[in-house]
Amino acid sequence: MGSINTSHDMGLHEEQLAGRTQQRFFSASEEENYTYPWSYEVDFDKTAEFDAADMEITDINNKIRALMKSGHGTITVQNPRAKHSLGVGILNRLNLNFEGSLGYFGCGLIDGANVHISGRVGWSCAENMMAGKVVIEKNAGSLFGAAIRGGDLVCKGQAGARVGIDQKGGTIIVGDSVGAFTGFMMQRGRMIILGDAGDNLGDSMYDGTIYVGGKIASLGVDCVETDMTDLDKRYLEGKLSQYGMAAPNGVENMIKLTSGKQLWNYDNLEPSEKKLVL
Amino acid sequence: MCGIAGLIWKGGVTSDIGSEMTQMLQALKHRGPDSTGFALYGKPDDDVHILRFKVAEQEEMRTGFDIHRQVIERKAAVDTRLEELGAEIIKKDDATEYAFRYLFKFGGDLKRLIDFIEDLDGVEILSVGKGLELIKDLGDATVVSDQYGLKGFKGTHAIGHTRMATESDVDIRSAHPYWAYPFNDVSVVHNGQLTNYWTMRRDLERRGHRFMSNCDSELIAVYIADRIDRGDQLEDAMRLSIDVIDGVFTYLVATADQLGMAKDVMGAKPMVLYESDEFVGLASEEVAIRSIFPREIDTWDPYQGEVKVWAA
Repeated sequence: MGSINTSHDMGLHEEQLAGRTQQRFFSASEEENYTYPWSYEVDFDKTAEFDAADMEITDINNKIRALMKSGHGTITVQNPRAKHSLGVGILNRLNLNFEGSLGYFGCGLIDGANVHISGRVGWSCAENMMAGKVVIEKNAGSLFGAAIRGGDLVCKGQAGARVGIDQKGGTIIVGDSVGAFTGFMMQRGRMIILGDAGDNLGDSMYDGTIYVGGKIASLGVDCVETDMTDLDKRYLEGKLSQYGMAAPNGVENMIKLTSGKQLWNYDNLEPSEKKLVL
Repeated sequence: MCGIAGLIWKGGVTSDIGSEMTQMLQALKHRGPDSTGFALYGKPDDDVHILRFKVAEQEEMRTGFDIHRQVIERKAAVDTRLEELGAEIIKKDDATEYAFRYLFKFGGDLKRLIDFIEDLDGVEILSVGKGLELIKDLGDATVVSDQYGLKGFKGTHAIGHTRMATESDVDIRSAHPYWAYPFNDVSVVHNGQLTNYWTMRRDLERRGHRFMSNCDSELIAVYIADRIDRGDQLEDAMRLSIDVIDGVFTYLVATADQLGMAKDVMGAKPMVLYESDEFVGLASEEVAIRSIFPREIDTWDPYQGEVKVWAA
C-alpha cells in the first residue's frame, strides 16, 4: 500500500484522466480514517433474528443496535413490510439480512455492513454509503445509491430514475434497466447497468465510469462513449461474477461512458469575476 | 408532498374498497395530514345519478351562528332548483351538516342542471356520476372515513389522496380528488406542482370550463375533461397531458370502469405499482399497498413519462 494513485497504476483511468482528476485516495496508514472508536465488537457466528411486522421504525433500528451491542454479528429481520429508514446509520461490521422489502431511505449512511435484502427497496436506498455491500434481490426505486462514496451496491432487478446521482465512489450494479438522469453529476466510482438506460444518462458527470449492457435512450450533456479496454472487460467479468450476474450480450458488447470534461471550467474565471480582478 | 393511492379489482369483482382505501391512505398520512379525499366507484345503476355536494366549508361551520341556518336554506334551494329542471330526487342522505348525498333521476342536459345548482352561493358539487362517489374533508383518512361512514363501501375501484397543502388553502374546495366537471364518473388525484397552471387555466376558462379552487391539481381534472369532451380516449388524453402540462407530477385518473396513471418526464414524483391477475394497486409508497397485502409481493416503480390504464 502507500501508493497514492492505485487505480491509475492499474491503468483504469489512463484514457481519460490526463493529469486532471478529482480522485484523491486515503493512505491506509491514516488509521483514524478507518476507525470508529465506538463501534461494537461482533461475532459473525452469533446470530439473531426477530419479526419486525408490528414494530415501529425506531424500535427496529434500536433493536439492531442492541443486538450488535450484545455481540451479534449476523442479524435477520423478518417482515420489514416496506417500512422506511430501516437499517440506517450502521457504522460497524455486520451481516444484516432483511427477509422482505424496504421502503424509502433503506440502509442509508452505512459504513462497513454487509446487507442482503430478499425483496425490493424504495427511493434513496444506501444513500451516502461509505463502505460495505448491499445486495437487493428484486427492484429498486429512484435515487438508488445517491451520493455513495464506497462499497458495492447491487440491485438484481430494475431501478428507477436518478440512479447514482452525485456518486462519489464505490460501485453500483443494476441487473435490469434504469430510469432517466442516471449518473447525474457523478463524480467518481463505477456504475454497471446490464439493461437499458433512460434519457440523459450521465448528464453533467465530472468523472467516473458508466458501463451499459442494453440500449441507451439518450446521453446527457458531456457524457461521452469511449473504448473498452481489456482491463475493463476483466474488471466487469470479475465484478459481475462475484454476484452471480452476467451481461446479457457479454461484457465485450457493453458500452463504456465517461465524462467528456468539456464542462470543466475550474481554471477560468466567470465574466463577472474577471471584472473584479481587472 | 401529498400521497396518492389507487386500486382496481379486475373482472368486475367488487370488494370493500371503502375500508381498503382508508387503510391505504392512513398508511400515507405522513405525506400530508391536512385533508383526505376518496373517489369510490360502486356498481353503477343505469337510471340513477349520484350527486355529492357541499353547501359550506368545514371551517365556516365553526364561525358564527348564521351559518347553521344558511346551510339549511342552501340545501332547500338546491332541492328547489333540482325539481325546477325536472330532476326526480329519489333519496337524500346527510353525510354531515354541510355535505350531502342525493340520488336522482334526470333525462335532460346534465351540464345545465349542474351549472344551475352551482350558481347558488356556497354550493359546490363534489361529483355527479352513476358509480362515482367523491368524498373529501379535513383530517386524516380514518377521521374522514368515519365521519362519512365509508367502511363497508362495496365497489370495483377507487382513488384517494392525502394532502399536504403547499400551493393553496387548507379547505375542502382545495382538497383532492377533483371531479372532471361536468363529466359523469371522472375523477383525478395528483401529487406534484404544475408550473404552467395560469397559462393553461386561462386557456381552459376561455373554453368555458369552471375552476372551483386555486389548486393547481384541479387543472388536470379540467384538462382531462376538455380532452374527453373533444372526443379523446382516456389514455390518449393522458399521453397528451404529459407533453402539454409543465411541472412535476404523478397523477391517477378514474372513470366509470377504468383506472389510469401518468408520470411526468422527469420522474420526479414517486409511484409504486403492484399488479396481479385480479388486482392492481398503486401508491406513492409501498407501505400503502402493504397495508392491504401484508404478505411479500413484487412491486416496481413505473418509469418517467409512462401512462398505464387498467379496466375494472
